[in-house]
Amino acid sequence: MTKSFNPPGRTMQRRDFLKAAGATVAVAALPAAVRAAEPVKVLLWSWVPDLQLEVDQFNAAHPGIKVELVNAGQGNPEYQAVRAGLKAGSGLPDVVQIEYQLMETFRQVDAFADIGQYANAHKGEFPPGLWAQVSKGDVVNGMPQDFGPMAMLYHKDIFDKYGITPPTTWAEYAEAGKKIHAADPNVFITDAPFGANADWVLGLLWPMGWKPVSRDGDKLVININDKIAKGFAAYWQDLINAGVVETKPGFNNEWYTGLDSGRYATWLAAGWGPLFLTSVAKTSVGKWRAADLPQWDKSKFATGAWGGSALAVMKTTQHLPEAAEVAIWLNTDPAPTKLYTTKQNFFPCTNALLSSPEWAGAKPEFFGGQEVNKVFAKSAAAVSTFEWSPFQDFLYQSMADEFGASIGGKGTLSDAFDRIQDAVVTYAKDQGFTVA
Amino acid sequence: MSNSPAATKRPGRSGGFASRKLAPYLFLTPFVLLFIAFIVAPLVYAFYMSLYRDTLVGGRHFAGAASYIKVTGDAKFWGGVWNLVLFGVVQVPIMLGLALLFAIVLDRGQVYAKGLFRLGFFLPYAVPSVIATIIWGYLYGPNFGPFTQIAKALSIPPPDFLSPGAMIFSLANMVTWEYAGYNMVIYYAALKAIPSDLAEASRIDGASSWQFARLIQLPLLWPAILLTIIFSINGTLQLFNEPYLMRSLASNTINSSYTPNLYAYSLATQGQQYGYAAAVSFVLGIVIAGASYIFTLITNRRRPGQ
Repeated sequence: MTKSFNPPGRTMQRRDFLKAAGATVAVAALPAAVRAAEPVKVLLWSWVPDLQLEVDQFNAAHPGIKVELVNAGQGNPEYQAVRAGLKAGSGLPDVVQIEYQLMETFRQVDAFADIGQYANAHKGEFPPGLWAQVSKGDVVNGMPQDFGPMAMLYHKDIFDKYGITPPTTWAEYAEAGKKIHAADPNVFITDAPFGANADWVLGLLWPMGWKPVSRDGDKLVININDKIAKGFAAYWQDLINAGVVETKPGFNNEWYTGLDSGRYATWLAAGWGPLFLTSVAKTSVGKWRAADLPQWDKSKFATGAWGGSALAVMKTTQHLPEAAEVAIWLNTDPAPTKLYTTKQNFFPCTNALLSSPEWAGAKPEFFGGQEVNKVFAKSAAAVSTFEWSPFQDFLYQSMADEFGASIGGKGTLSDAFDRIQDAVVTYAKDQGFTVA
Repeated sequence: MSNSPAATKRPGRSGGFASRKLAPYLFLTPFVLLFIAFIVAPLVYAFYMSLYRDTLVGGRHFAGAASYIKVTGDAKFWGGVWNLVLFGVVQVPIMLGLALLFAIVLDRGQVYAKGLFRLGFFLPYAVPSVIATIIWGYLYGPNFGPFTQIAKALSIPPPDFLSPGAMIFSLANMVTWEYAGYNMVIYYAALKAIPSDLAEASRIDGASSWQFARLIQLPLLWPAILLTIIFSINGTLQLFNEPYLMRSLASNTINSSYTPNLYAYSLATQGQQYGYAAAVSFVLGIVIAGASYIFTLITNRRRPGQ
């Protein structure tokens, strides 16, 4: 009797052979041809919920490969496990989920294989700014799985009430904030979680062309408190001083209630934001709309990204072609990539999906029937390349610490940028980099 | 020796001397093995790590005592220790005072539904700190929390429990809520161990309830109180869970070096400075041992009722 989950054909042959051989023959003693039919095992670490569905699709389509999915923790816990494995030189997966923002940090510890020979053929299937997140020239370390191009979500009811047209520039955004707050002191244009979400802050600095850490080998140029950062700091400091934004940490119940109840008129969100908001703001259905991120210079559209992750292939894998196939197929084949958008609520990465009438033309009730995905698709196509630091988690921690200290009364945001610059320069030197 | 040979040499046991010498160690083996595997070995490894430096460029190299020298002048580390000294000076006496009060009240005969009260006081200790933080995070909520709502309804300015000035007290309140019941159980057990004839004798001698508590119960409780104070000094200086979890609600106040353990954690996880994190942990251990030792020295000289 064969079990139903065994792929038909080859396994049957092996079993028949084993029976004929008396079923006690050790696998090592089998003829090479039979052993080759044993599927190659590829270990995949990911915290994506229900990813088993897509993995099952992969296994069904690849009789020679068997992907084993393990959830080794979401974000940091998984990264700790990867780092421990790199130090020990064992216990690592073949394919691993890594957020884009940490790709360079793991490149620094030589974690990834180059899958360029397999992956470069798919370069044109992704928006250029997104492809740049997983590659450096012809070297490709992973494949994009989800994406967070930024745009603005806003309470149409609040803007309508005060006769405000959705701001298209940051100047208009500040003006709208002051007008709304003057009319109702319990309403703020947004919550700016400076002390909590450094990745959000970075997403807003991205379209301004901020280059905090650029590198040339082990030589780093650190420009955290440059003119761009100072301009950004002055803008938000003005809004904070005027009291028209709050600076509370995001992603807790207080914050969800704040968005839902209209305490915050806008959320400067990412591609995964619309569906996330739909799930946490239950009473404001139909009141929300989406628009482009406000612009600094109206003549050239610029945008940033916040979040998203790739499936990267580890350098230590013993099955490079198979591991690369797992990362590539799971993120390019129409079946799994489409399933992500419906089952996992991912923002799509492939151009095919971004322009598909089914996805782009969706008119969710939560956004009053607006084709909200098109706003984010426009942003996705325009996201520029960003150069991540080789110690992004330390940079984020310094940002959160120092912005938080400034919000808590220790100087201004501009002072915070100066303190971050000092902390990062000290750290980089301590870590053996040459700082120019 | 007053023992007769018959008493020490029991019948039916062969090789008496050697096996009697060995038996205790045999019984201790499971403990010793686990102790070595999960306490001694990690400590030795952490100490080994603290003598090395890991850098992103250049890898691992021997650093000797350099990390320890760096800790002694690290403002972030000592800032965290200072935060906790302030925290402990306020929180520990309040928590232990409440625990003592609850234990004495429960020990007296006049309380109805004693078991219910005892369970009620103890229950917060059984609540995982993750859940406790969610509960208190909701209560402290600056926009939509119940205290804010009440204040708004009464048109008085709402309290901001998560502000830089108030945070340490908000944390102290959480920790008191969590651990007062645990300490109460220790006191309660110690009170139950006081022979009832002492209570009877004091009553016959005309002692009031207050005199009985102060002159008889308190001195007899003293060893238990000392024990809980040492536990509290240890627990306070190692504070991690509560500030770590409250960070998602009060990130502008609680930074990555708010407590020494939080600092060591951040160094290892965000900064990949494993060697330095190990050194910070060891210095913290020395600080805790020192604080406990000084406290024991002081209390050994002065005992109440002597």
